[in-house]
Amino acid sequence: MSSGETDVWTVLVIVGLAAITVLTRSLFFISSRPWNLPHWAQRGLQYAPIAALAAVVVPEVVMTQGQFIQSWQDARLFAALAGAAWFFGRKAQRQAVLGTIVAGMLVYLPLHLVWGW
Amino acid sequence: MFFKPSMFRHPEFRIGALESLGAAPGLAAWALMTGVAMMNSGLSTFEALLMGVIVFAGSSQLAAIPLIASGAPMWVVLATGFCVNLRFVVFSAHMRSYVMHLPLRERLLTGYLMADLSYVQFTRRYPSHGSTPEQLQAQQAYLAGNCGVNWVCWVGFGVLGILLAGLVPTRWGLGFAGILALLGVLFSLASSPLRWVSAGVAGAAAVAAFALPYKLNILLAIAAAVAMSLLLEAGNRANSATSEPHS
Repeated sequence: MSSGETDVWTVLVIVGLAAITVLTRSLFFISSRPWNLPHWAQRGLQYAPIAALAAVVVPEVVMTQGQFIQSWQDARLFAALAGAAWFFGRKAQRQAVLGTIVAGMLVYLPLHLVWGW
Repeated sequence: MFFKPSMFRHPEFRIGALESLGAAPGLAAWALMTGVAMMNSGLSTFEALLMGVIVFAGSSQLAAIPLIASGAPMWVVLATGFCVNLRFVVFSAHMRSYVMHLPLRERLLTGYLMADLSYVQFTRRYPSHGSTPEQLQAQQAYLAGNCGVNWVCWVGFGVLGILLAGLVPTRWGLGFAGILALLGVLFSLASSPLRWVSAGVAGAAAVAAFALPYKLNILLAIAAAVAMSLLLEAGNRANSATSEPHS
């Protein structure tokens, strides 16, 4: 994919993502008739969002150019661990996601920029 | 919700806006970082601005960025965005009784603007839906104020991030903050053992099937994880059903 150039395909994907925002957030109140999802689909809703996030996140942390990383000296691993440590070690309920980002980047940037991991 | 001037004068409008402002610093930082991540992934400025202004769903934006960058087909990107957004389907079932008195156009606008924070703050303030026109009016005014501030904050700081992205070299890898944000959302969703199973199966399957074309590893991983979780859940239910009479 050429960087920095607008192409029709990407614009269509973005418009489609906006439509999906509306569709998913309104799904149960689009139709004025009462209706229910089948039982298995209702249960599946419990597990699909976290699965989708893990499917995107894990390869971005442990793979480089399609290969499982060969070295533990990778800034991303330690950043993800620092983020996890902050998330599960914190006392306050607020700003959990923001704290995960900050803790992770505080580990990522020095390792990546200074040590070149 | 935004079509009537009486909304803006309603006292609940102010209360909704103020509650939203309370969470604004965290949201602003996340939006800023999403803007930077969109630019660093190679989207053009126009594409990043379009995404930042119309998509209005941080985790589906961040999940779509690496897929778009790797040239995944449109339906894979959209299906992944849909799955990331499925938590909103649960919210919409809950919100139905609060909005069914509105015309379809306003219901869709309400849904579009109902991000996680607004949903949580709204349902905390109004545990049940209004039964009189005045109560329903007050709830709509609260939503208009809350969602309005939320939207302005998310889009405003997202655009700022897009404009500032050029100042920081891509080499720094600031886009990785987007992955850390998704990781934080993932942790906040991991509220039961079976959800951890779902995340573990999906992560392992996405790595194992990475060589599949068209980023199909993502969809395969989601399908495998949901199927595994549902099977284990059915197994747990069967076990507890047989052991209950003795316990």
